Amino acid sequence: MAVEIKMPALSPTMETGTLATWNVAVGDEVRSGDVIAEIETDKATMEVEAVEEGVIASILIAAGSENVAVGTVIARLAEDGEDVTSVAAAPQQPAPTTNQPDAALHSASEQAPASTPETAPETAPVSAPVSAPETPAPAATASSVQPAASSSVGSSGGAGRIFASPLARRIAADHNLDLAALSGSGPHGRILRADVEAAVIASATAPDIAPGVTSGGMGVPAAIGVPLATPGASELIPNSQMRKIIAERLQQSKQIAPHFYLTVDCEIDQLLQSRKQLNALAEDGVKISVNDLVIRAAAQALIKVPEANASWEGDHTRLFTHADISMAVAIDGGLITPVIWAAEKKGLAELSQISRDLAARARSGSLAPEEYTGGSFTISNLGMFGVREFAAVINPPQGAILAVGAGEQRPIVRDGALAVATVMTVTLSCDHRAVDGAVGARWLQSFKSYIENPVTMLL
Amino acid sequence: MTDKQSFDIIVIGGGPGGYVAAIRAAQLGMRVSVVEREHLGGVCLNWGCIPTKALLRAAELRHSLDEMQDFGITIGGEISIDLAKVVKRSRKVAGRLSAGVQHLLKKNKVALFDAEAKIGAVADGLRTVTLSTGESITAPHVIIATGARARSLPGIVADGKSILTYREAMVPETMPKSLLIIGSGAIGAEFASFYHDMGVEVTLIEAMDTILPVEDAEISAIVQKAFAKRGIKIITGAKLRSLTNTSKTDASKTSVTATLEGSGEDLIAERAILAVGIIGNTENLGLEGSAVVIDRGHIVTDQWAATAEPGIYAIGDVTGPPWLAHKASHEGIMCVEKIAGLKQAHPLGDGAVPGCTYCRPQVASVGMTETAATEAGYKIKVGRFPFVGNGKAIAMGDDQGLVKTIFDEKTGELLGAHMVGPEVTELIQGYAIARTLEATETELMQTIFPHPTLSEAMHESVLDAFDRAIHF
Repeated sequence: MAVEIKMPALSPTMETGTLATWNVAVGDEVRSGDVIAEIETDKATMEVEAVEEGVIASILIAAGSENVAVGTVIARLAEDGEDVTSVAAAPQQPAPTTNQPDAALHSASEQAPASTPETAPETAPVSAPVSAPETPAPAATASSVQPAASSSVGSSGGAGRIFASPLARRIAADHNLDLAALSGSGPHGRILRADVEAAVIASATAPDIAPGVTSGGMGVPAAIGVPLATPGASELIPNSQMRKIIAERLQQSKQIAPHFYLTVDCEIDQLLQSRKQLNALAEDGVKISVNDLVIRAAAQALIKVPEANASWEGDHTRLFTHADISMAVAIDGGLITPVIWAAEKKGLAELSQISRDLAARARSGSLAPEEYTGGSFTISNLGMFGVREFAAVINPPQGAILAVGAGEQRPIVRDGALAVATVMTVTLSCDHRAVDGAVGARWLQSFKSYIENPVTMLL
Repeated sequence: MTDKQSFDIIVIGGGPGGYVAAIRAAQLGMRVSVVEREHLGGVCLNWGCIPTKALLRAAELRHSLDEMQDFGITIGGEISIDLAKVVKRSRKVAGRLSAGVQHLLKKNKVALFDAEAKIGAVADGLRTVTLSTGESITAPHVIIATGARARSLPGIVADGKSILTYREAMVPETMPKSLLIIGSGAIGAEFASFYHDMGVEVTLIEAMDTILPVEDAEISAIVQKAFAKRGIKIITGAKLRSLTNTSKTDASKTSVTATLEGSGEDLIAERAILAVGIIGNTENLGLEGSAVVIDRGHIVTDQWAATAEPGIYAIGDVTGPPWLAHKASHEGIMCVEKIAGLKQAHPLGDGAVPGCTYCRPQVASVGMTETAATEAGYKIKVGRFPFVGNGKAIAMGDDQGLVKTIFDEKTGELLGAHMVGPEVTELIQGYAIARTLEATETELMQTIFPHPTLSEAMHESVLDAFDRAIHF
C-alpha cells in the first residue's frame, strides 16, 4: 500500500505553509525518522520526518511552493516490494464527485487558485523595528529562511518562480514594484495586470511605505531587466516567508492603524540600585535584567490602566484581562515576538527566566508557533544598541507598543538646580482607534511611576 | 404533474447563452432546467450565425467558380443555382445542430420544458416560474436568456414579403432582382455579400458615415471599397425618411420604395431587408413589478449578469450589445460560476469579445479601434500588414486585406487587433488569447508563426508596429 505524505500542521492554527526544500529525491530510500523535507511557515522552519520506511515514489509539490494547504499530499512513498512507478501513477486526489452540488462546488480542483494571503498573517504577530544586524544565529539549527539560489527568483522554472503575466511584469518593472510582494488573483495565483495596478495605486497612496516595498530594486526579478542603480553594486536576496510576513504585517499596521506617539523620560538610578540588590540576594542562576524590570513595570501598568491593554476589532474593542506581553527579539533575517503570558502574575525571577529562555529559543529558531502567536502588548528594546529613543510600529492587532531606549546619564534639572541622573526614554505607540491619548498618557504615567519607584512594582 | 418541480437554476431560453449556462451548471452538480418556447439553439443556431454561414458558403463556392480559370480549371456548361436546395441545406444544418443541443442537454441531465415562462413570486428563497403548459417550477436562481429580435424603425412595417427581417431573408423562395438593405452592421453586410454573390442587385444603406461602423475605420474603408468594386451600391450618411412597400398579392412582383432625407431621388427595389439592430425579448416574462430594470429594450445587469432583483440574472442579447453568441455563452458560464461561488469566475471585461463578420472579405476584430484607443488617451503604436505580402494568401488567390494591430506604447499591451481578408474570422482567436494572457508585443514577436500560413500576417503586423516588419 502506498503511503501518502501530507503537508503537516506545525501549529493548531496553521493553514498553509511553504515547502522550502526537499532533502530527498524520487527513488531515494527513506527510513523512519529521516528528515525528508523542510517546511517554512511565517516564522519558523520545521523538518518533516518520514514516519514509514520505503522509497520515494513521487514528489507532488515542488520545493519552493508557497501556500501549500495543510493536508495536501506532498509526496508518495512506495513501501517495501511495491512498484515505485505504479505508486507514482496513483491519482493525486480522489475524483471530485459531481452529483452533489456541495461536493462539486468545493472540490479541490475548482478552488485550486486559493492563495489565502489573509489567513497566514493572522497567526503571525510580528513586531516593530528591531532588525539589527546582530545575532549571527547558530548555524546548526538556524531558521533557514533563505532559499539557496538567489538567481532563480523570477526566472522561469525552479524554486521561487513567480507566475505573472507579461503585462503585469512590465507594469511592475515600470513602477519598480516587487512582484514577489504581490499576491495574484489570476488562475493558480498568477499575478495579473490588475494586481500590479492595485499595488501601484496602494504604493502611491502610501508614500511612507513605498520605499520599503521597492527597496531599491531588491527582489525585482532579474529576468525583466530592471535597471539597477549600478551594475554589480547590489545583489538580490530572495525574501523569506518571514520577511514577506513582516513586510505585509507592518505595512498593514502603518496603513490601517492610526498611530500616535507619547514619550516620557524615566529616571532609573533607583531601579538600577534595586536591581543590584535583588541580584545580590537572588539565588544562584537568577540574574534580573533591566529589561525584566521593564516588562514587570509594563505588566503592572497594563493591569492598572486596562483601557490601554486593548485591541481594535471593528464592531468592538477587545480589552485583555491579562498582560500578555510580546517581546521583540531580533533573529537572523528578521524578528520574532514570543509571548510572556499573564506577565503580571509572574515574579521577577520567573519573568527573567522565561524571557531569557524565549529569547534564546527565538534565536535558535526552536519556538513553537503557539509561543509567538497572540499577545496583547509588545515591548521593543533597543537600549543595548545605545539608541536613545525611537518610535515603534504597532504589532497588529495589538493596540500599543512600547519602544525602550538606552539608560544613560543625562543632565537634569531638579528643584531649580542641574543634576545628573540615569534616564531612560520610552515611547508608547498607540492605535488611536482603540487607545486614546489620555489613556496612553495615564498608562505611561503608571509605567514611569513603577520604574521610578521600583519597590511598588514588587508588590 | 401537480407537485412543483424544484431546481437549483432555471434558465429561460435555450440559445447559445441559455443552453451553455445550463450545461455549465449541470457540470457543477446543480439541478437545472431550460425553458424554450421554440427551437433549442436560439436565433444563432436556427436563424442567425449558423444558417447564414451555410448560405454564405454556397455564395462563396459560386464566387470561386468565377476564378477557376485563373487556376487553370475550365468548367464546361452553364452554371446554375438551385435556390431551394441552397436554402434547404442551410435549414438542414440548423436542424442538425439544434438536435445536437438537445442531445447535449439530455446528456447533462438538464430538464427541458417546451413552453413559455413567466417569472413569479419568491417565497423562502425559491422563485416560482409558471410555464405556458400550466406547470410550475421553482428555483432560487433564474437566468433570463431570452435573446432578441429584429428592431424595426418607426413607421416601417416588416411584412415579411417585401420588407424582410433576417428571419425571412434567411429563407428566400426566390431571388429578387434588386434588394435594399437598411443597415450595414454585421447582419446587413453579410446579407449584402450573400445576395450580391447570388446575382442580386444590392444597395446598402447606412446612417453612419461608413459601413460596419463599429469596426476600425481603416478596416471599414477596405470593406467598403471591396464591396463597391464588386458592384454593391453603398449609400452612407443616409437618413431614411420612409420605406414603403407597394406590395401586390403576388410575392414575386413586390416593390419597395425608400426615400432618404435631402435626396430627391427615391430608391426602388423589389425587396428590402431591415438590419438596423435588435431589441431584447423582455416582454411577457413577468418582470413587471419586479426590481428588474429594462432600458431601451434591454435588461440592465451588473458585471456578473445580476439584475436589480435578487435571484434574477440576465445574459446574452437580452442584455444589449454586442449581440454575439459567444458573448452570451461566456456570460452564461460566468453567471453560473458566480452563483456557485467559484473563485475562477471572472467578468468578461472591456473589449474582450471578438467580433466576426462573414461577408467577403471577412472582418474580425478584438479590443479597441485606433480611434477609441486615441480617445482613451493612450499613446499608441500601430502595426499594419497587408495580405499582399503574405505568401499563402497569394497562393490562395485571395491576397486582399489588412491586419492592423494597436499597442499601448507604454506597456506594450495589445489594445486592439483588426483584420480584413481571407479567413480572418478563424485567425482572430490568436490575438484574443494574447489579450487574455496579457501578452505584450515581446511575446507576440517571440512566438513562431508557421510558414506558409495566413497567420504570418498577424506576426508581421506586430513587428510593423515596432518598425520591424520583414516582408513589407
